Amino acid sequence: MSDRIFGAIGLAIALIYVWQASTIEESFMSDVIGPKLFPYLIATVMGLASLFFMLRPDEEPVWPGFGKLFEIIMAAVVMLFYAQLLPVLGFVISTIFATAYLSWRLGSTPIMSLVSGVLTAFGIYTVFRLILGLSLARGPLGF
Amino acid sequence: MDVFASLSDGFLIALSWENLMFALLGCFLGTIMGALPGLGPSNGVAILIPLAFTLGLAPTPALILLTSVYYGAMYGGRVSSILLNIPGDEPALMTCLDGYPMAQAGRAGEALAISGIASFVGAFIATWGLVFLAPQLVKVALLFGPAEYFALFTLAFATLGGLSSKNQAKSAFAAALGLAFATVGMDDQTGVARFTFGEVHLFDGIDFLVVIVGMFALSEVFIFLEHHKASDLKHVEPIKIGRITPSWALIKYCTPTMLRTTGLGFIAGVLPGAGASLGSFIAYSMEKRLVDKKGTFGKGDPRGVAAPEAGNNAAAGGALVPMLALGVPGSGTTAVLLAVLLAMNITPGPLLFTQNPDVVWGLIAALFIGNVMLLILNIPMVGLFTRVLLIPPRVLMPIVAMISFVGIYGVSGSTFDLMVMVIFGVLGWALRKLDVPLVPVVLGTLLGYAMEVNLRRALTISDGDYGVLVGSPLAIGLWTVAILGFVFPIIFGPMLRSRMHAGRATDPKDLTDE
Repeated sequence: MSDRIFGAIGLAIALIYVWQASTIEESFMSDVIGPKLFPYLIATVMGLASLFFMLRPDEEPVWPGFGKLFEIIMAAVVMLFYAQLLPVLGFVISTIFATAYLSWRLGSTPIMSLVSGVLTAFGIYTVFRLILGLSLARGPLGF
Repeated sequence: MDVFASLSDGFLIALSWENLMFALLGCFLGTIMGALPGLGPSNGVAILIPLAFTLGLAPTPALILLTSVYYGAMYGGRVSSILLNIPGDEPALMTCLDGYPMAQAGRAGEALAISGIASFVGAFIATWGLVFLAPQLVKVALLFGPAEYFALFTLAFATLGGLSSKNQAKSAFAAALGLAFATVGMDDQTGVARFTFGEVHLFDGIDFLVVIVGMFALSEVFIFLEHHKASDLKHVEPIKIGRITPSWALIKYCTPTMLRTTGLGFIAGVLPGAGASLGSFIAYSMEKRLVDKKGTFGKGDPRGVAAPEAGNNAAAGGALVPMLALGVPGSGTTAVLLAVLLAMNITPGPLLFTQNPDVVWGLIAALFIGNVMLLILNIPMVGLFTRVLLIPPRVLMPIVAMISFVGIYGVSGSTFDLMVMVIFGVLGWALRKLDVPLVPVVLGTLLGYAMEVNLRRALTISDGDYGVLVGSPLAIGLWTVAILGFVFPIIFGPMLRSRMHAGRATDPKDLTDE
């Protein structure tokens, strides 16, 4: 069933892609085949492959239960927040929180997660900022 | 001879203190990454590219660093195969078959040592193969016009799934998806925006580094999040390593095996669609048929450890031939190395050998040096690398995630790219669950631009006549191989796969089934 749904989504993506490609405004100084042909070719392959998934699906993958799925979504949300907060809070503070969260969800105790968050943040800061001189996000406190 | 002159120039470049240091660092990091389950050669190299880039390394040292990581990871993959029966990466799968029984019999040290030596022999001879074969291939490649290149790129995608590919439709879908990502942004030749949805950040396209790091490194974090209960239950008992220097008798005993499997592995590496996993598989099964008279293979025969290790390291060297000479990688890790070159603004292919000989030959010389370093690192220091296996994923994976963020932020400094990377991480996770291979997606993103340019150039030259695409014998040959390479696995794939996995029926479910 998963593959059939995947095929339907793939087909939808291919169609949207074709539709978007058809709206590309051609410039007056185009080459012989223009900017649309290659996207059309790609969409054809994608569409045919998707049809194949729908007609001949593979065996069902083992999907995680609702709890685990929630876990993955939460981790992605935390990472998105991390990306947003980097320039606001600075590298060290944001990283402590993000690492601690991930470490906690991967099975560390809360205290140990905080410890590994602090160690990871300062470790990366030391290696990449102080030793290698990479530019990391600066917060209001300068680190 | 010409080749030797170029090679000695290469050694002059590679033997500077700076480059030696990078080679050593790369070998060390690579071995660790290869040893850690869940962090194979491709993710290892992937997280380091943006870092090498932002550190402002010149192309040669950056390449030396990252290819040393590549070779190192090929060495390191065997450590967890032998000690834990969990392959550190896919090519190390076959090493489990005899390595783990040896470890259980108290001969772990010997197994590690002989596999280290086999890796060295495989990689060393394969690097010589690279020295002689790559310039020959370059001569052929100079005959390629845009139409042939377009056919060659198609060939690369058609054969990428490899002979053991499960579902060719999924490989094709993955390639198309990657190519679609590559079309986002400003069209170079006409200056019109494509698929940007009015988003300013998308005008200069999706950075392939963002795609690679998201798909390879972050998706691994999600996979671990999903499985972490399973990995917590498994406590690693310390295994007695035993003596770590092999006896001469043992080395002599395994030498014919190593030499034969090196040859096979190298060929498997050069050919499109085979790669290191198949190299180690062919090597193991051929040796088994050839020398296993008493049925000791699978029960801890040292030759069963030497064969796949020599095979997969030789294949790793062989895979560099098409990557450097044609600019078309045949495996996941070489695809990532292609990304390194593109990030450094170097276009691999025949012109690389004439325009940047210092890069090519410096790199090849570095491979020789790295190999010797790896042998020296691996025999006495293998105890250190086995310690690495004790780092729990709950500490390791967040670090992997954070270093990925640091790298991408260093390249672009934009939160938009970081968010896109997270999205690619989730997408990579979902695709892996659906058994869609990620390598074609990444390769599509990398090659999409060049593929389209060549198609349009060919048709512009022929003034819109599509016949030009099959207009030369060379092009027709490439299309034929592409079609055969795509169709063959559909017919023979199921048979080959069942054989590859037959020996491992009793294994615990491993998390690194990528």
